[in-house]
Amino acid sequence: MILTRFFMGGFDRRITILIVLLLLLALLVPMLHLLMPPTSFFHVPTFMVALLGKYLTYALLALSLDLVWGYCGILSLGHGAFFALGGYAMGMYLMRQIGSRGSYGNAELPDFMVFLNWKELPWFWYGFDSFAFAMLMVMLVPGLLAFVFGWFAFRSRVTGVYLSIITQAMTYALMLAFFRNNMGFGGNNGLTDFKDILGFNVQAPETRMALFAASAVALCLGILVTSALVNSKYGKLMIGVRDSESRLRFLGYRPESIKLVAFTVSAVMAGVAGALYVPQVGIINPGEFEPGNSIEVVIWTAVGGRGTIVGPVIGALLVNAGKSWFTGVLPEFWLFALGGLFVFVTLFMPKGVVGVWASFKTRWRAKPPAEISQPAEAQT
Amino acid sequence: MRALKIIVFVLLSCFASVSLAWSGEAEIRASIAQLATAKGFPEIEKIVKDLAALGDPLVNPALTALADGNLQVRKSDNAIFITRDGGAGVALIDPVTGEDAGEAAKADVVKIKVNNGLRRIIRDSLGNLTLQSPDTATRLQAAQTIFRNSDASQLVALDAAISSEKISAVKTQMELARASAILNSDRGDDEKIAAITLIKERGGRDALSLLTATEAKTNGLVKDQAGAAVASIERSLAFWATGQNVWYGLSLGSVLLLAAIGLAITFGVMGVINMAHGEMVMLGAYTTFVTQDIIRDSFPGLFDWSLLIALPLAFLVAAIVGVIIERGIIRHLYGRPLETLLATWGVSLILQQGVRSIFGPTNQEVGNPSWMSGSFQIGELDITWNRLWIIVFSLIVFFVLLVALNRTPLGLQMRAVTQNRRMASAMGIRTPFVDSMTFALGSGIAGIAGVALSQIDNVSPNLGQSYIIDSFMVVVFGGVGNLWGTLVGALSLGILNKFLEPFAGAVLGKILVLILIILFIQKRPRGLFALKGRAVEA
Repeated sequence: MILTRFFMGGFDRRITILIVLLLLLALLVPMLHLLMPPTSFFHVPTFMVALLGKYLTYALLALSLDLVWGYCGILSLGHGAFFALGGYAMGMYLMRQIGSRGSYGNAELPDFMVFLNWKELPWFWYGFDSFAFAMLMVMLVPGLLAFVFGWFAFRSRVTGVYLSIITQAMTYALMLAFFRNNMGFGGNNGLTDFKDILGFNVQAPETRMALFAASAVALCLGILVTSALVNSKYGKLMIGVRDSESRLRFLGYRPESIKLVAFTVSAVMAGVAGALYVPQVGIINPGEFEPGNSIEVVIWTAVGGRGTIVGPVIGALLVNAGKSWFTGVLPEFWLFALGGLFVFVTLFMPKGVVGVWASFKTRWRAKPPAEISQPAEAQT
Repeated sequence: MRALKIIVFVLLSCFASVSLAWSGEAEIRASIAQLATAKGFPEIEKIVKDLAALGDPLVNPALTALADGNLQVRKSDNAIFITRDGGAGVALIDPVTGEDAGEAAKADVVKIKVNNGLRRIIRDSLGNLTLQSPDTATRLQAAQTIFRNSDASQLVALDAAISSEKISAVKTQMELARASAILNSDRGDDEKIAAITLIKERGGRDALSLLTATEAKTNGLVKDQAGAAVASIERSLAFWATGQNVWYGLSLGSVLLLAAIGLAITFGVMGVINMAHGEMVMLGAYTTFVTQDIIRDSFPGLFDWSLLIALPLAFLVAAIVGVIIERGIIRHLYGRPLETLLATWGVSLILQQGVRSIFGPTNQEVGNPSWMSGSFQIGELDITWNRLWIIVFSLIVFFVLLVALNRTPLGLQMRAVTQNRRMASAMGIRTPFVDSMTFALGSGIAGIAGVALSQIDNVSPNLGQSYIIDSFMVVVFGGVGNLWGTLVGALSLGILNKFLEPFAGAVLGKILVLILIILFIQKRPRGLFALKGRAVEA
């Protein structure tokens, strides 16, 4: 009962609609792909399913960033690192599933280790044969990193842009580390050439559909957790931290613990998103740690509207659809468009698409907009 | 004609057991000609020794060519030539006079074969020969060669050369060579100890290997002396290696300083996070490229001045772009640092793509003027001119900036606005104008940094990206709002990086530095030289 109230407490109409839509998508797209003949108008081609699945994991990533940035005022420029770590944990499981089917046919070692002349599996690869262990690591590794990092950073009151810059340095350092061959994660080629997941072929249409549906369900769960967190009493404290950290501290709360919980939960969500991303795109490499990627996540969230739950989901889908379209039609102009988006959104749409929609509705109906918590204008 | 002449020599040399009466060149020719008919290495060795015994520098080209495998015999007439690959066949050169002697097909000539033992003999005899050369540089070279590769047999030649040597620098080298030869001979201990002392004073890696070898093969007092000398040289080498690391560190630090110092103004003084700062550096580098391009095409004589001409231009270009960014975007976002960060990141993407569209994604070639190329040595330190100039330049920029901030009216206004914007405004300072100027100054300095970095880095659209994180680290580490902090931060990070590199590797060293900075910020969230007082929270 309490759990139900915890999860359903802060439900508003928009979140319900979003979840229903996502679940419909999770059912409909696989059905249209598998049941319709390829010639039919309603048939969804394979690449489209893979693309949509990727967008859904991005949406989860954007949502996780929104939890810390939109609700807690921590602008993390290193969320791509948590995403990539989750992805690497999943990639390691998938590598172990290849078994002796690699190009070198070594049952014990992944191809790149044979290539580097390694004799035995490094200790940190132990256990990744088991799916359950790998899934645990998907959540544990990013969560632990976020916990340790946040514990240090928040305790010594590193805030605002300083925090943003050191999170950026964190993902940059991880990128450099993962590029090294002797780290044991495949160097700059990363992990790829996956075969099976849970005994099913990764390339098979049925598996792809299952992964797509899993992404949609994971996103729904992410939305539920976020909305539950945000609407609980703890969520009020988070918003308190965002809007006036010192005042909260004077009231006797510990902002650092509040931030730490939000940061860790958010990192776990990002890790799950990464784990779902990897089998769908078929590769994970250190490029995912690039600082630029993490900043791009910020713009998805900003475009959609931070401090809302639907915003980041919409933002991630919109921006990535735009990216796919641009890189197909005018590849040279994508960076202009993205750069312009950064400038435009921060200058003219600080509350994102959702904010614009809300003020649009207010003007037409002369009725107060649905309750969205809007960030205060001055931070840090 | 020449062929005929050589045939005559060949014929003559066949029954010439008494060739001593002949004069220099002819004698050499005769000996060289014997090589054409020599059978096996021992015979060639004898000829080489004969040639060397003549003591005439004229034999040098032939012997060098022989050692390099460039001395060949023409099959048709057994004439010997130095050959050089060229065109379809080989170019023939007279072995004595060095004159051009036409060409031959590759199949028409056959190489005189030598083995490693023979090569060593040739090299040694060349060393002896050149000790008497009239050319100072050659003598010096010979003495240095012998020092590295000495042999007791060379002592006589060295003694002769030392007694006739007039130039003291060459004489010193010859004495060192002699000391080295003594160590390899069976002379008495006294002489050997004197030699060790001499070589110890010279120092360096060659001396170290020589003395280590001596230590291994001698015993008694000489062994002890050699051991002590080895230890002493190792100490001095370690000292120089530290020096070299400090130098590399200073060099990296000066690059960081250049990249970060503009940021120290925009971020440190104004509190504006400018993620497009790296792109200002890039614009400066591209301005240098365009300037050099124009100079190369239209005024080639001015090429050595191109960097000095590019400096003001780069400052202007970057400053103007900076003002546009400040007036267009950042002005609307004061007090919202996170949004500023995002918007300027967007600007950086646009600038990068813009440059990529105009100049293409590849690296552009920016030339070094003559006064910036080359290097020189201090002790065991290798110092390149371009690195030295960049260190000097970065310090100049730093101090000029320091003076500009502390001693000019604009600097005074900038500091006033930083410390208390409303009060400054009430005192009649046009704060928006000061904001623009501050941002222009910071951007312009980044442009100047681009001119310097174009000399040591690839000029590509991604140039700025590689510096942005490092320069933020420098500013954050050094302390915001304090130029001295930036100087100390840049230099210490540079040196720390270079000291970690030897045992951690370049990448791991950099990661370690990043981790150290992250930990450091935990301890001192506001950097090394933190601002104190009310200005901090404002």
